[in-house]
Formats: sequence, C-alpha cells, structure tokens
Amino acid sequence: MLILTCPCCGLQAAEIELAPGGEAHLRREGPGAPDAALENYLFNRDNPRGLVLERWRHAYGCGKWFLAARDSVTMEVYGTYRAQTSAPPPQIIDRIRQRHPDWGQGAS
Amino acid sequence: MSDGPFPALPLQGARFEGAVLVEELAPGGQVSIRGDLADTTFAEAVTAQAGCAMPGIWQISGTPERGLLWMSPDELLLLLPRAEAAEAARALQARLDAAAVHALVLDVSDARARFRLTGPHLREVMARLTPADMAPGAFPVGHLRRTRLAQVAAAVVHVAEGDMQVLCFRSVADYTFRLLSGAAAPGAELAYF
Amino acid sequence: MSLRLSTGGRFTDRSREIRFSFDGTTLTGHPGDTLASALLANDRLLVGRSFKYHRPRGIVASGAEEPNALVGLGQGPRFEPNQRATTTELFDGLVAESQNRWPSLDRDIGAVNVALSRFLPAGFYYKTFLWPRAFWKHVYEPVIRRAAGLGRAPHPESRDADSYEHFHVFTDVLVIGGGVAGLMAAKSAAATGAEVLLIEQSPHWGGRAPVDGGTIEGEAPEAWVHRTLAELDALPNLRRVARLMGAGVHDHGYVLGYERLTDHAPGQPGPRHRLWRIRARQIVTATGAIERPLSFAGNDLPGVMLASAMRDYVVNYGVAPGQRTVIVTNNDDGYRTALALHRAGLDVPAILDARPMGGGALAAEAREAGLRIEPGRAVAKVLGGKRVTGVATCLAEGTGAVLEEIACDAVAMAGGWSPVVHLWSHCGGKLTWDAAGAFFRPDPARPATGADGAAMVHAAGAANGELHLSTLLQDAATAGKNAAAACGFTAADISVPQGEDTPEAPLDPIWIMPRKATPDLRMKAFLDYQNDVKLSDVQLAAREGYESVEHAKRYTTLGMATDQGKLSNINGLAVLSDTLGQAIPQVGTTTFRPPYTPISMGAIAGEARGEIFQPLRRTPLHSWHEANGADWEPVGQWRRPYCYRRTGEDRHAAVAREVTAARTSLGLLDASTLGKIVVKGPDAGRFLDMLYTNMMSTLPVGKCRYGLMCSENGFLIDDGVVARLAEDTWLCHTTTGGADRIHAHMEDWLQCEWWDWQVYTANVTEEFAQIAVVGPKARALLEKLGGMDVSREALPFMTWAEGTLGGFPVRVFRISFSGELSYEVALPANLGRAFWDRLLKEGAQWQPTHYGTEALHVLRAEKGFIMIGDETDGTVIPQDLGLGWAISKKKADYLGKRAQERSFMASPERWQLVGLETLDGSVLPTGALALAPGKNANGQRNTQGRVTSSYRSPTLGRGIAMGLVRHGPDRMGEELVFTTEDYDAADEAATTVKARIVSPVFYDPEGKKNDV
Ligand SMILES: [Zn+2]
Repeated sequence: MLILTCPCCGLQAAEIELAPGGEAHLRREGPGAPDAALENYLFNRDNPRGLVLERWRHAYGCGKWFLAARDSVTMEVYGTYRAQTSAPPPQIIDRIRQRHPDWGQGAS
Repeated sequence: MSDGPFPALPLQGARFEGAVLVEELAPGGQVSIRGDLADTTFAEAVTAQAGCAMPGIWQISGTPERGLLWMSPDELLLLLPRAEAAEAARALQARLDAAAVHALVLDVSDARARFRLTGPHLREVMARLTPADMAPGAFPVGHLRRTRLAQVAAAVVHVAEGDMQVLCFRSVADYTFRLLSGAAAPGAELAYF
Repeated sequence: MSLRLSTGGRFTDRSREIRFSFDGTTLTGHPGDTLASALLANDRLLVGRSFKYHRPRGIVASGAEEPNALVGLGQGPRFEPNQRATTTELFDGLVAESQNRWPSLDRDIGAVNVALSRFLPAGFYYKTFLWPRAFWKHVYEPVIRRAAGLGRAPHPESRDADSYEHFHVFTDVLVIGGGVAGLMAAKSAAATGAEVLLIEQSPHWGGRAPVDGGTIEGEAPEAWVHRTLAELDALPNLRRVARLMGAGVHDHGYVLGYERLTDHAPGQPGPRHRLWRIRARQIVTATGAIERPLSFAGNDLPGVMLASAMRDYVVNYGVAPGQRTVIVTNNDDGYRTALALHRAGLDVPAILDARPMGGGALAAEAREAGLRIEPGRAVAKVLGGKRVTGVATCLAEGTGAVLEEIACDAVAMAGGWSPVVHLWSHCGGKLTWDAAGAFFRPDPARPATGADGAAMVHAAGAANGELHLSTLLQDAATAGKNAAAACGFTAADISVPQGEDTPEAPLDPIWIMPRKATPDLRMKAFLDYQNDVKLSDVQLAAREGYESVEHAKRYTTLGMATDQGKLSNINGLAVLSDTLGQAIPQVGTTTFRPPYTPISMGAIAGEARGEIFQPLRRTPLHSWHEANGADWEPVGQWRRPYCYRRTGEDRHAAVAREVTAARTSLGLLDASTLGKIVVKGPDAGRFLDMLYTNMMSTLPVGKCRYGLMCSENGFLIDDGVVARLAEDTWLCHTTTGGADRIHAHMEDWLQCEWWDWQVYTANVTEEFAQIAVVGPKARALLEKLGGMDVSREALPFMTWAEGTLGGFPVRVFRISFSGELSYEVALPANLGRAFWDRLLKEGAQWQPTHYGTEALHVLRAEKGFIMIGDETDGTVIPQDLGLGWAISKKKADYLGKRAQERSFMASPERWQLVGLETLDGSVLPTGALALAPGKNANGQRNTQGRVTSSYRSPTLGRGIAMGLVRHGPDRMGEELVFTTEDYDAADEAATTVKARIVSPVFYDPEGKKNDV
C-alpha cells in the first residue's frame, strides 16, 4: 500500500486517503480531432511495467489532484508534483533517468 | 436567525462516556471560504472577519469557537457563533466581490456534525480509526488533519492535549458517532504514544 | 507414552492446575501450557486426522509451523475451526475438538481413503470424478464433501461474540521477532535514537536460545534476555509488544501485525484481536528458523516429532513427548535433543545419524553420556498404527533393507534448519541457496525495496541464515544499525555481546530417507502433512511434466494448506530437484505470500460490522421516516424511504396511494439527497458550458434549467436542474448519490485541464434539507405558511426565489419531477425537521401525503422523465433518449461532444427511447428484451430493444414502461414481443408478452398541470 506525499499540502498520504486517476499528461482531444487522435485520448494507455506517470487525488485530505512518477514494479517513487504541468519537473526527470536512462529520449 | 426556528443537532447532542468522553457539540457557525490564501486583499478581508490571523498549513488559528481552519491550499473554514454565520458569509463575500477578489464564501453551518473527544490516550483512540499518524511529533496541538475515519471523510482538530474535535458530514454523523464510541469503549485502553 | 515430567517447565506454573476439555473429555494442565503441551502431558498423541487420507496425526512441532494439531476451539458464537494447538495458550475452561474425523477420532470412516491411496495420487482432483458426469452430483460430491475439507465452518446463524479493532501506527524501525536476534537488532537500532517497535508472536521473549543452549557474554542466554529486556524497557524510543505477529510485509513499509489480546483469557473486556496497520520506514525480520522433518516411511505417525519441538516440550513445559525416543538426524543439532531428553531422565535407545562419519562435539558429548550412536544409519520405516511402537533401521545410502527393529514410543527428526524468510520475501526480497546449511537465506544484495528505491527489509540472526550464537548477535546488531541508518539515524557504537555455542560438524542433507528408498517406502513418506502430499506424489508430478516448482506445487497441493508449507517447502523442492536432476537453486522456490499464519476474519474486518459495517447516510428527516413506517431503499450509501406502508397495506397499495395523493392533492418528498454544488467565478459560465451539453452561461439570474452531463466518451453520466444564483454564481443539482462524484469530476477538470480558469466550486449537499411540495394544493400550503410570494406570476415554472416560509429561511425552486405543480424548498439542514413538521401541520386540511422513491419513480415515468441509472447504463448518450433538445448546437465544445460525433454514436441504428404499453395492461419486467427474428452469429436470439423502466401506473390503471428500441421513435403504434422473467425459447407463446410502442409521455403531454 503506497504512501505518496501530496505536493499541494505536504502530507504523506496513505493510499486509502487517495483516489487514483489513471495516466497523467494526456492531451485532451475535442471537436475537430481526427478519429485516431480521439481513440488514443479516450482508450489507448501504455500501462507499462516500470515507470508510470499517474494522476492521484488527495481525496481524503486537501482534495487536490497531483501527479506521481513511480515504478509499477519496484514501487519506487521518483517524486510527486503538481497537476498543472505537462511534464515532470527537472529534478524528478533526473531521478527517473537514474533508473531509466533511456526515458524521454524519443519513443516514450 | 436568533429569533427564528431553533436548529436541531444532527444527533440531538449524543454522548458516550467510555475510556474517553465523546460528546456531540452544536456545530456552531461554519463558513467555507475559497480563495487565493496568498492574496493580501483576500487575507486582510478574511482575518478581519475572523478576528484572528491566517492559519498555517494544516493548522488552526484562533479557537474552536472563533477561528480559522486550514482545509486545503485554497480553502479555509471560519468557525464562529452560529447566529453570526449567515451575515458573516454575506458580508465577507460582498467585501471580496467589491474588491474584485475571486473567492467563494458560503455559510455551511449545517453541513457538518461536530464531536468533541476528551480524556486520556486520545491519540490511541483516534489511531484505531484513521491511517494518519497520531504520534505527538506528527500531530501536535494546534493542528488539524483531514483524513478518513474508517470509511468516511473527517477533519480531526487537535485543540489541546487530550482534547480533539472531529468534524464529519452531517449524513454520516450517526456512523461517525458509533465509530468514535466503539474506539473509545472501555476495556480497550491502549497506551502506545 | 508422553507425560508430565516431575521437574522443568520454564513457562508453566506447576503450582496451579487448570481444566480443559478435548473431544468431551476433561483433562488438566498448568497455566503457561499450550494446548499442545497439555495434550502431550495427558498422553493424547492422536490429535487429528489428515485432510485427504484421514490418517491419524499427532503433534509434530511446538510453534506456528505445526501442520497437524489443528482443532476446533470454543463453542457457540466463539467456535473457531483450524486453530493450532501449539500456539493456543491453555486457559481454564478451554474447549477443543479434533477435526476431520467421523464419527470419532479413533474410529474414522474416512480412513478408508488410506486403503484407496493408490487411487488418490497427485492431481487426483483433476483426474478423477470426471466421468460419468451424472455421478458427480449424487455420488462423488456428497461423499467428498463429508470426507474433505479442514475443520467445520461455524453455524451460519451464529455471530462472533467478540470485538475486534485496527490500530494505525508509524515507526522508524520495526523489528519482527523477539528472540535474541530481535532483541539485539532492536537494541542496536534504538541506540541511534530511532523510534523502534519490537513485536513477538508468542507470549515469550528470547526465542529458542534458552532451550538451545550456548552462552552470551558467558551467561546462559536467558539471563542475557532478561537483562536486555530491562534495558530496552528503559528506553523512551522503544516499544515492545508480545502476542503480536508480523503477518505480512507490503509496499512502502506497510506491515500488518496480528495481536491476540484475549485468546488466552477469554471473557476479558476489550477486543479479542487487534490488527496493527504499521507504517515502518525500515523493517528488520528476526523471525528465526524452523526445523525440517526428514522424509522416511511412516514419518507422519503420532509420536514422530521435530527434534527441536521435543526439547521445547521438555524444557519449556516439563513434558516428555515419549519415554523412549529414537533420534534420527542428518546434522549435529539432533544431538541437542538427545542430550536434553537424556538429561530429563528419558530413554534414548539410539541416535541414527545419516552421515557416514557421524557428528562433531555434540556427538562426542552424547557418546560420553552413554548414548548409542549409529552413523550412516537411517529409518527404513516407522512401526505402529495409531502411534509409534518402534523403528526399522537401514543404511542411509541404501534402499531400505531392514537392519534392525528398535522399540520406541517416539521418534525425533532433525533434518536441519530453514530460516523463516517469509516476511523478507513478501515484498520482493530475493533468496540465495546456502549449500552448507542446505537452505535458502535472504540475499542481502536483493532486498525488498521501498519508496526511495533502497532496501526496506533487513534480515537478522537465524532468519538471515546465521543459526549460531557465535555470529548471530553481530549479524542482528548490524541489521538494526543499518535499518536505523537508512532512516537517517547515525549509528551509535554499542558493544555487541559475544555469543558462544558448540561448533558443529557439517550437515549432510538427505532429502529421501534412505537415499534409494523403494517405491513402497516413498509412498508412505510424507512431505506435506496437512495436505497429505507424499514423496511419491512430487516425483509423479515431475514425471508427468510439472517441472516448474509453481506447477508442481499446484498439481500436488504441496505447501498449499493453512501452514503454507512451513515444514514441507524445502523438502518438497529438494525432491523435485532430485527427480528432475537439477540443482535446487535452479528449480527455485514458490512465492511467499502474506499472512505468515492465518489471521482471523474478525481482525481484518475490525470495527466494520453490524451497525457500522458500512456508513449509511441519513437525511435530516431520517428519524421521522423511521418513526413513520418507511420501507427503506438503499440509494448509494443513502437510505431513502421506498414507501410508507399503512397498516394493512402492501408496498403496491402504498405506492399507488402516494402517487394518487401527489396527483390529486398534496404530496411531500424528502429530496435532501439531491446533490447541490455551488459554482462561482468569472469563468463559471464558460466552465458550466463545457460540463453540460446545453448552454448554462445564458441562463438568466433567477431562472432554472435542466441540464445533462456526459463523460468524455459521450455517455450520459448525470442530470439535474441548474439555477443561476447570481451573475457569477450557479447552483448545480445532481442526482442522489451523484454529488460527490460530480463534484470530483468538476474539480478534476478545473484542477487538471482548465487550471487557469477562475472558478471555485463547493459541494453544499449536506448543508440543506430539501423538501418537494407537490400537487394541486402545493401552492395553497406554501401560501398558508406565508412569508414570500409563491404565485404563478412571482415565481413561475423554472424559476427560484429566496425568502422565508413560516419564518424559515428558504430557497424555493419552481421545478417539477412529477409533472404536478411543485416547489422544492431548500433550507439549512438542522431546520429541516422543524419545517417538515410545520408542513404536515399546516397542510392537514389537504391531507399531505409523504411519498417515497417508488412513487417518485412512478410519477416521473408517467411523465416520461428519464432516470440516470435506469434509462442510462454507461452506454447511453443523450441522443438515444430523445434529449437532443438539451444539446446545444451552438457550442463549439463540451465534454463528450467529440465522442458523440463518432460514427457508432451517430448511427441511426442505435436503440432509442420510447414508451411501451402492454396490450393486456400488465407490467413488463424491467430488463425485458424485445425479440427480433433470427439468431445472431453466436446462435442467440436476435433482439431489438429492452425495457429500462416499468411500473404499474395508478393514474392510468395499467402497466407503463420506457425502453430503448431500434428505430423506436419511427415505429409508433407497432407491437413488439417482449420476454417475461420465465422466458423459454421453446415456449414463446406462454412466456412472452406483447407491447405497443407509444410516446414515453403517458400523462399530461402538454405539461398543463405543472404550469399553473
Ligand atoms: Zn494534499
């Protein structure tokens, strides 16, 4: 059972205080988007074995959404960060690259 | 509202005397305030209305009778006498609107039930129900913590050593009272912290 | 025979005698006994029957690893099956019964399975009873049900009389195990200043060391244990709890601990078990080691026991497991038992040491004591029926040709030790093979890791493969220090005491005894006692191709019983490796999963039972409903009145009465559960235009508008009336049970997508009681209360106003979900009950009728209003429901708009909402399918629609329904054939019903009734 530090209020929240929200950094596709882009947005998820960037809400706490960079196999947490961003902050990317040197170099 | 109909407590003042005392308090006046806590105009208006300073993160400023609870990075809960709540909410919203400060102020005095727990080993009583760390170093007096008690959301306010208040939504007041009473049942005393 | 010795017993209080009963016989023991030691003291060797063959079984071990001595404990509401006698502390009045025997332990019919054992080989579950199929239900199943299974379930009507609780605690270092290694590790960690929690599953501290001997700093281990406990108790940063087992290690330092508070003292106040939900930054597993049995024929007879358990019984309980004990060993430790028995005055006729060269210093000590040692010898088979009468010996390296028969009443097996690596492994810690000890030990290079990616679990002492006092203390001190250092505490230099024990000669694993045992012997050598898995079963599995250890485990069920193979895993694995001709590390181990030993369901449930099994949400009027005969209906976690039955009324009659009252006079509904969310800010209009399919930004202040919300998939997720409270403020009503979900949905989009929009939301559902005043007399009642103008002109349909009614501060919405003249009155929740009472009192002249959710449904169905969850099921879009009018064509975007443009969503073939009227006036079953000609590719009957809501309409005096039908709106007047609940394709005439497609608005289609 995970513990994640909520970057919005600073609490170390137990997993049962959090609500999961799936993959982070999806780009919304609205009217005018081609079918393939919409399909990707709505349905296609990587669900990788290893590094995941995911959404969590501190539901039983401050109520804020935040993002976490985590390893789905080892449960290592590279960091949590605010939801109002389109990529992890540099210091988290550094930590990710220590374990996943190829991450972010081209094909995700 | 003082001359209007008399408000009922969610549980009519329920009370349980166990290893600690669990009492339902009148909810009092509660005003929910959302806004940019770092904004000076906002802070000035709020503290003027509350009569106390802005609380630190997860802290209570003032007293449980008249004070401010830090509920989230953009939300405070103003505690005050119930008779003042509706007018305080109206006045504060009007002042912030007039200053063109984006904020939402609502009288929510009836939305929650409020319990007071007093007695020895209170941290242990609460630790039966919440996954939050109840150790002295993690949950000092003057702090509050929003968490879950078993299956419902609640805020635990640490008023003084051996004196806490629990705020939960009104609809689950009965559930929460039974939870607290069960955790405070005599015979289950545990002195851990 | 086994009996109480005249002296000895570290744990027992000989000055007091207590009584207990086993299978109805009253026996006596001493405080401090376990049920197992007390049974042995009473010469009760036979304690149970095995799972598959119902073989007579006795006590094998002295702790949590016991596979055989499982009993039913307690009576009535306190009865619990499968309790281990070895970890059950004896108390006065304890009642136990043996298991898996019928009609009695001594005469068991199921034992016939033994005779059939050649027909019950590995995988018999998968091979047998398949044919003839008809036999299964009437022949095989009843017989198997009686004979199989472990223990009996408590009576279904019985309720656990005890209470249980959880306890959440955080610590820097958690040390699991209170033996000398655990004490050392805890001391070392605490010396750094770290918060340390030390837990021990048994009531006793010090573990095996006081029994096994050796010295610590020149003293007996027990003295060091006492001194160390006193030192630890003086530390403010260390807490220790006995009878608290580390059950499981989970991600991020989450450890479940299982504390047994009153099992040994029933009737004491307080909870029986406490589930500790521990968050440890670092974990030290000091869980010791478990001795392995040896695999020889008849190794399961009562009287055959682990050598270490025998000396436990002698030293800790003053009980002799037997009078004449043959020791069979493959290592020096067996000699410790021989010496302990000898010192207690018991006969040891022979020590069979499978090693050709025999043992070391301990063997020399035994020889000096005059004991007969037979190197290179083994047990060919154990003699006896329900208990041991002797052993037949043979050459250890041979086939089992008998050399000699030695009379004895007990056999001690010493097969070497295996570290308890379960907790190390639960969260991914890996193991490495130790050839010298012939065991798997924690691989320090591959520990379980925590949130920071670094080691989270440290093994200490015997659990780390350090079995000897000479190295164990240093190992444990290092583990404790490292754990504290990983929490950021600087290591303090503490002196590690020097442990000493007798050096031992190497062990020689002998996985099959004798090594070339003939097949008939292998068929009687048990690996897994609890699941009756024999040496031959594992070999058969290997031959049949189950070469992966995980497959062999499942095929044979080795290690799958409640003891999870604590005794059998390594032996089974070794036999599998041997049969496959592979090295043990290549074959690998099976997965260790929590809990370490079974924990009670009560402990898992904690407080969640009875009245607080789950939260039930109550409206401000709940107690009034309760007092006025409400039949409750769960709606999410809310409890709402379904209807209020009067004396002599059934539910149908009550609903009909309630509907009629609302249509003809005055109905009152508790609508407090409706979700209410305030949305405010400069961008609130824009935000709501994205959330709803229709336009909310154009709604004038003071007005209400019905709105629909869709997911990004285009599917309808909620509906409700939106009121514009002020220029920048809206109040959104959601469905009952939708409030939290929709509020979260709003916050999600605000926080994660449009975070630059200036909008605040607040879920004020709980702040307000909301009461619908419905029917032709609704206005008259509110006017009678007085305080605000509720006339048609001042408060027209789909508007709202604030004011007072009868002195109550209210917000009144002129909205209708019934089609009648209707006001929804919202007011502070704590005034709700008083207002409701006032409505009833002032409305008396119109006989106000409180109605429930079913009448609400009938009223809305008569009007053709959809209900989220009835007409929608997560695959329905607004366009399917004839709600195209509520979808703005002007808006460039809203959530779900793009998805609704997908070809499948825009297809004219989608089923669409219609009304349905049976030709005979009957009520269609909800969910009934409209049949279509032909069959689909799977050979199933084609369908062309389904019923989504169906009721008897008291207003129309007939059944009415809504449904989704292919091309439905274009087929008005057409008749369809619907399935009934007992639909039978072979007899459709009798099991279908015809209904005509009509408009879904059955009542007042012009809407005249509500706009008055
Ligand atoms: Zn938070």
